Amino acid sequence: MHMADALISPVIGGTMWVATAGVAAYSIKKIQDDMEEKKVPLMGVMGAFVFAAQMINFSIPGTGSSGHLGGGLILAAMLGPYAGFLAMASILLIQALFFGDGGLLAYGCNVFNLGFYTCFITYPLIFKWFIKKGISAKRMMAGSMIAAVVGLQLGAFSVVLETVFSGKTELPFSTFVLMMQPIHLAIGIVEGLVTAAVLTFVWKARPELIEKPVSGKISGNTSIKRIIYGLAIAAVVIGGGLSWFASSNPDGLEWSMEKTAGTTELAESGGIYGILADIQSKTAFLPDYSFKNDGSVSEQVSETSAEVAWPSVNAGTTVSGLVGGAMTLVLAAMIGFFIRSVKRRKKKVTA
Amino acid sequence: MADFTSSLYNMRLMDDLACKDTFVHKLHPLIKILTTIAYLFVVVSYDRHEIIGLLPMVFYPVVVFFLAELPVKQVLARLLLIEPFIIAIGILNPFFDSQVITVGGLALSRGWITFASILLKSLFTITAALILICTTGMDKLAAGLRMLKVPRLFVLQLLLTYRYISVLIEEVSRSIRAYKLRAPQQKGIHPGVWGTLVGQLLLRTIDRAERVYQAMSVRGFTGEYYTGADTRITIRDGAYFGGWLLFFILARMVNIPLMIGLLISGVIS
Repeated sequence: MHMADALISPVIGGTMWVATAGVAAYSIKKIQDDMEEKKVPLMGVMGAFVFAAQMINFSIPGTGSSGHLGGGLILAAMLGPYAGFLAMASILLIQALFFGDGGLLAYGCNVFNLGFYTCFITYPLIFKWFIKKGISAKRMMAGSMIAAVVGLQLGAFSVVLETVFSGKTELPFSTFVLMMQPIHLAIGIVEGLVTAAVLTFVWKARPELIEKPVSGKISGNTSIKRIIYGLAIAAVVIGGGLSWFASSNPDGLEWSMEKTAGTTELAESGGIYGILADIQSKTAFLPDYSFKNDGSVSEQVSETSAEVAWPSVNAGTTVSGLVGGAMTLVLAAMIGFFIRSVKRRKKKVTA
Repeated sequence: MADFTSSLYNMRLMDDLACKDTFVHKLHPLIKILTTIAYLFVVVSYDRHEIIGLLPMVFYPVVVFFLAELPVKQVLARLLLIEPFIIAIGILNPFFDSQVITVGGLALSRGWITFASILLKSLFTITAALILICTTGMDKLAAGLRMLKVPRLFVLQLLLTYRYISVLIEEVSRSIRAYKLRAPQQKGIHPGVWGTLVGQLLLRTIDRAERVYQAMSVRGFTGEYYTGADTRITIRDGAYFGGWLLFFILARMVNIPLMIGLLISGVIS
């Protein structure tokens, strides 16, 4: 689910960065207000634990395959939503830097998709609701399961939205949704089962670790409402500001925002286009010219704007482009080898 | 996610590389962060069907790679591990945009062009992130983040996570190895012990965090993290950033390969 830089546009990447930074700043303030400096080492070590635990293979009964843990819900349950969100953000930054797992521009998207929904939506609203009246193994199971599944569905859906709004791939919205949601349903079920097993064990061995954050001072609702309102306002302001800026900028930005507008319309008018979208989703895997016209607004928009944006393909410029491109690569390689040979000579002199 | 050993190896390799003493390594971390961000923004801002105009962006990774004396093979091997994910999403482009255009007498579907553009972009962006960490290292990167006004609590937490990843990977892998030796020929951890195995590790982790906190308190931890790094930005740093920024903007505005090509084909004809 980690998004790469190559598939997002600067506008989407930037907007999600701002949203994530906002949530992170709020979380930091919350932790500092509670004066829980003791939590900092716990956050760090727990983050490292989840990072390592993500590599464990869990065999899934009856399927012969195995699954992995995401760990967002465990972090939220053990550390509370604010510290859990920050721990997730650290894990994702290290993955992006050291493993190229998720891009740096897409970092905002990734933290939001994998951290925000579990820590601020499904943990307080679903998981806590289930164990509010007292903890039992069954309630823990139900809470973890539903919270994990819903969290991953929301995350997967926003991956789809962010990718489609960015307009770097040709995948139609409906096809992408139909690809992502079922896969993440399966992933969510495994996540829920593992999370429930681990949390139940911890609760039996050291009940205070689970009961404290759940019943503790972090009385979710009011502050979470504030976060969501804040985000909504920020999204409108930033989206509006950036799109105004983008439309005065005649390049790729404008194009992607056009596409954004087109797909928002599609998402909202689901009822009208529902049947058509359904038909389309069934035919969409066929590489047919006609399917683009039957209902997908986004495709039409991208078609027309792509028509405008495509450079005139005439043989002369194409040849020049290819020759020049080859020359650029040769030049880059030559510079590389030049630097290396100079460095080697220097080393020989000093040695 | 890769397995335990290769992840550990990878992180230690990058730590080692970050300890080198070249021109790029000596640059101010803040400058390297800003240059990387500028580069990523420019690469990602190209239109989805741009290939030729995107090519000058290859200069940045090539030049820095050789200036910083990074091992090409080992770092490129990381890239190959990551590329399949990008290919999985991009490979569908040719199916969804099969309108044919002719490039120099060759009929191609437009989807292949956007696919190639995505591949190039992912190659450039991932390399840029790896270059940043391989030439800076986590401690200095954290110092740079502090200068960017990233809150202390987050940076401290990030450093602690990073510090304990290698410790916990070793601990987790020991437990998994012990399990595997006692339960051979299994594809993964049996559902019956999911809770006990991971739960035990989790409890041990929490106890460890307690000890870490006590050790830090005893040594006078007050919540600040001192790196001892030199925080001055020199003219050399400024020139490095300015130079690259100028190049990025120029390459973004002017299609350099096309101009070279026109020049050459103009001379020939």
